[in-house]
Amino acid sequence: MSFSGPNKYPTASAQALKDKPGVRETVISATNIANKKRSAAYQQIDSDMWRNWGRDVKSHVLTNLDRYLEQAEKQLLANGAKVHWAETAHDALGLLEKIVSDHGIGSAVKAKSMLSEELGVNEHLEELGVHVRETDLGEYIIQLLGDRPSHIVGPAMHLSLEDCQRLFHEKFGTPLDGRPEILAAAAREALREEFLAADLGISGCNFLIAETGTVALIENEGNIRLSTSLPRIHVALVGIEKIVPCLEDVSGLIQLTSRAATGQPIGNFISLIQGPKRDDEIDGPEEVHVILVDNGRTRLLADDKAWEALRCVRCGACLNICPVYRQTGGHPYGWTYSGPIGAIIAPGMLGIKEAMPLPYASSLCGACVDVCPVRIPITELLLHWRERAVEEGLTPGIESAGIKAYTKAAERPGIFRAAAAVLRHLPLNAVGRALPILRGWVKERSAPASSSKSFMRQWKDGIK
Amino acid sequence: MKAAFFATCLGDQFYADACADAVRLLRHVGVDVDVPQSQTCCGQPAYNAGRRSEAIRMAHQTLNAFDGSDYVVLASGSCAGMVRCFYPDLVNDDPKLAQALADRTYELSHFLVEVVGVQDLGSGLTGKRIAYHHSCHALRELGVRDEPISLLKKCGAEVVTWEADEECCGFGGLFSVKLPEVSAAMADRKLDTLPDVDFVTSTDGGCLLQLSGRGSRRRASTQFRHLASALWEGVGI
Repeated sequence: MSFSGPNKYPTASAQALKDKPGVRETVISATNIANKKRSAAYQQIDSDMWRNWGRDVKSHVLTNLDRYLEQAEKQLLANGAKVHWAETAHDALGLLEKIVSDHGIGSAVKAKSMLSEELGVNEHLEELGVHVRETDLGEYIIQLLGDRPSHIVGPAMHLSLEDCQRLFHEKFGTPLDGRPEILAAAAREALREEFLAADLGISGCNFLIAETGTVALIENEGNIRLSTSLPRIHVALVGIEKIVPCLEDVSGLIQLTSRAATGQPIGNFISLIQGPKRDDEIDGPEEVHVILVDNGRTRLLADDKAWEALRCVRCGACLNICPVYRQTGGHPYGWTYSGPIGAIIAPGMLGIKEAMPLPYASSLCGACVDVCPVRIPITELLLHWRERAVEEGLTPGIESAGIKAYTKAAERPGIFRAAAAVLRHLPLNAVGRALPILRGWVKERSAPASSSKSFMRQWKDGIK
Repeated sequence: MKAAFFATCLGDQFYADACADAVRLLRHVGVDVDVPQSQTCCGQPAYNAGRRSEAIRMAHQTLNAFDGSDYVVLASGSCAGMVRCFYPDLVNDDPKLAQALADRTYELSHFLVEVVGVQDLGSGLTGKRIAYHHSCHALRELGVRDEPISLLKKCGAEVVTWEADEECCGFGGLFSVKLPEVSAAMADRKLDTLPDVDFVTSTDGGCLLQLSGRGSRRRASTQFRHLASALWEGVGI
């Protein structure tokens, strides 16, 4: 499948609820577990203090990004890595294409990278005739199904165990009721050959340390370690917002991210990649290429409020806790990044028109703000983009006219109450379908029962 | 002690009896209640829709209506949250005035516990099993978590454990009509996890409209009552 774009969210979300009720069940149960783990992991530390610190480190970097990017480039080059700059997805794919042709690459293994999803790396490499294999278990499942990730951290979160058992039964002949360990073992065996055969390993990057020129990666499966050390060429795709000043910062951010994402004190494997194999080393790639990607990030950074969203460490905690995300999973959002974080970076990265109506895909409940490890003010930013959408005339005309009329009435208490009395006495269940705003209400709910006598009338008559 | 009661647009029309119960409750604990007649809407629907300029106009209407009041009490977490948390930034031509109103504005249970210092209400809810739905805005904007529950318990109620009690009901004002299917699924999650109770209560009329409207569409027999009415029943007069 390919993504349909954020504009389709209203129909895509309704369709998902209707056609795939199992996704809702699976996502709610998976996120219930993730939320319990994160909550317990936060309680083990002074999480308020850690989160304040995480916010400050990332904000500091973003307000000095040019300086840190230059420092990182210098250090990466000193370490023997090759550094490339990509302003757009097109540029990044072009750079990758050049590496593929320069080195005669026939096959590639990939570590999980949302940036590679954002850029469309797999499709592009396949068009070039390169055999590409995802090696993260969730991503592998998604690739075998021809599906798309639905969650930043758990790409296959929308799939049930039964879905996976059926897939593995067809592909590898594992029993239909095979336990997760049996499925994982089958994947491991198939992937081992791919790792050994690959010429190119592609990874993302959790943090790029400016002071030392180090690519830091967190994982649980060991596939990132293999993807970045076995093939002769390693390409790390790095969003420019991934920079941190020094190694000490990363030691804290890795713990904070792990706790927020999976409730672990730290991921099972941490890779700190410091350039290609040196003369006295046996393992490692001959060449390490770091592609620093903008693709809309500087546009987001230029926004005086929404730049704070670039602090994101892609932990997925806001998705896990979001009651909107949890009903449908990530696919209806129509692009790579779903949930609350997706809704606040889409208008900056894609353009506000292209991102509509994602800023409205929230009840503003604020649960995400409670869990964000770097304290992104998500609800404030949703409101910020809503205000921008209104300014640019991107909201329905009927809504605009309705709120304007309502405001006018609210400034005249007598008229306000007279109008409310008329509305109150309408048989809303019967006529609601014909009224623009009420239509959405009575579609899924009974119309509200009005009070027989308004409060203001009761007050005037005397409350006993 | 004197307080002005802010019924809110929704309370005036759909939770009028609950608002009247709130007035009874306040009088019962010794508060001299006034209802300024020029009050209308706090502006939250416009604010949440991204219509800042309209929200500012309604904020001014509200600032004028409650000018001179000692305290402002609302039987709504989200409207109280609007005044307390967003007015000072919104009313940028007179932030001091807005801050002063914010500082003296309270959600009902918050006011009863923190300002009045209610120790005892009555025992009218003895034997009742009640589920309390935390309105997101009362919980996260105002930090009102224990107040309503402690008051219900003081009236003799058993407040049951509910897995989804702090999850959003899916109302979200315009959200409920812009994305009705997702909104309804959110209400279903609440209703599907609800234990067997005499009734569900909450301090926000909007949440109750959503949950009872969805419950009724699903032909569930669950009863819903506003916190003000539940507490007035708790007084037992």
